[in-house]
Amino acid sequence: MIWTAVLGCAIGCYLLKLAGLSVPPRVLERPVVRRVADLIPVALLAALVAVQVFATGSPGGGQQLAVDARLAGLAAAVVALLLRAPFIVVVLVAAAVAALVRLV
Amino acid sequence: MPGLEPARRRAIVRDGLAVGVATGAYGLSFGAIAVTSGLDVWQACALSLLAFTGASQFALVGVVGAGGAPLSGMATGLLLGTRNTLYGLRLSTLLGFRGARRAAAAQLVIDESTAMSVNRESGEAARVGFLATGLAVFVLWNAATFVGALAGNALGDPKAWGFDSAVGGAFLALLWPRLRDRRNQVCAVLAAALALVLVPIVPAGVPVLAAGVVALGLGLLGRDTSDPTEVPDPDDLPEGGLR
Repeated sequence: MIWTAVLGCAIGCYLLKLAGLSVPPRVLERPVVRRVADLIPVALLAALVAVQVFATGSPGGGQQLAVDARLAGLAAAVVALLLRAPFIVVVLVAAAVAALVRLV
Repeated sequence: MPGLEPARRRAIVRDGLAVGVATGAYGLSFGAIAVTSGLDVWQACALSLLAFTGASQFALVGVVGAGGAPLSGMATGLLLGTRNTLYGLRLSTLLGFRGARRAAAAQLVIDESTAMSVNRESGEAARVGFLATGLAVFVLWNAATFVGALAGNALGDPKAWGFDSAVGGAFLALLWPRLRDRRNQVCAVLAAALALVLVPIVPAGVPVLAAGVVALGLGLLGRDTSDPTEVPDPDDLPEGGLR
């Protein structure tokens, strides 16, 4: 199933790129289409942050919300971003702080 | 059209290489996070080679790592990939590629190559910027993914190293440069809130996809404020950030 998703994502992402180079530019120049397209990454990335930090497996097999070491990791990532740290540093700081909180 | 001076060409190529090197570090974290999320080394490498667009790749492995259905991860990745379509629209007349060259160039349409080509002084300079940046990022991103995936495999328990938290940090770093705009801030808060409300009630992976509704709603309601052909500026790129 993971291979299906990997290859589906790969083919789809390539076709999305090719479509941009191939269709007449005015097709997607309608303001509404462009606004939605601009906001999609923002909405999805924000949701991914939230789910990644607060969602955890519940005993019943589904998902539930939890506050744990990951929130400390996210807070550390915010500080790193405010200090204009490069991407890899932000990621490492988030990981290291969460790991440290779990140790103590 | 006058040709590009050799010195100018070298300068553009050098900029592209610098962006590629910075992106390599980001590829290391993708490879490591992918294998600790449940992909194997080859799946991680296939994504970098064939999908080759950072945010979509991170979305897929993030959803899978959080216990979501791989197909939900795929759908999230595809939605994030739509912004490359907009870049392509902007680039098509500028680059002027046709046929097989266009089909090959399409794979290189990403944040970095777009940012390093759209503001050039001529079509030829744009093509040099696009190809130098796209190829440098492609080579280093794929090499880094492979090394990162091997390293991730060697690390053992991902939670002990805080890798689950690293994924949240990665998404936040991708989101960060987009949060200067007021409408984007509102969108981010609403989308995160909607996703959290849905977490206990729907299967994993669905809350993130559902948050796309917020983008749809705000986009339909909103008025136009920004340049319709806006693309990332070189200064907007975090060091090594394919967003």
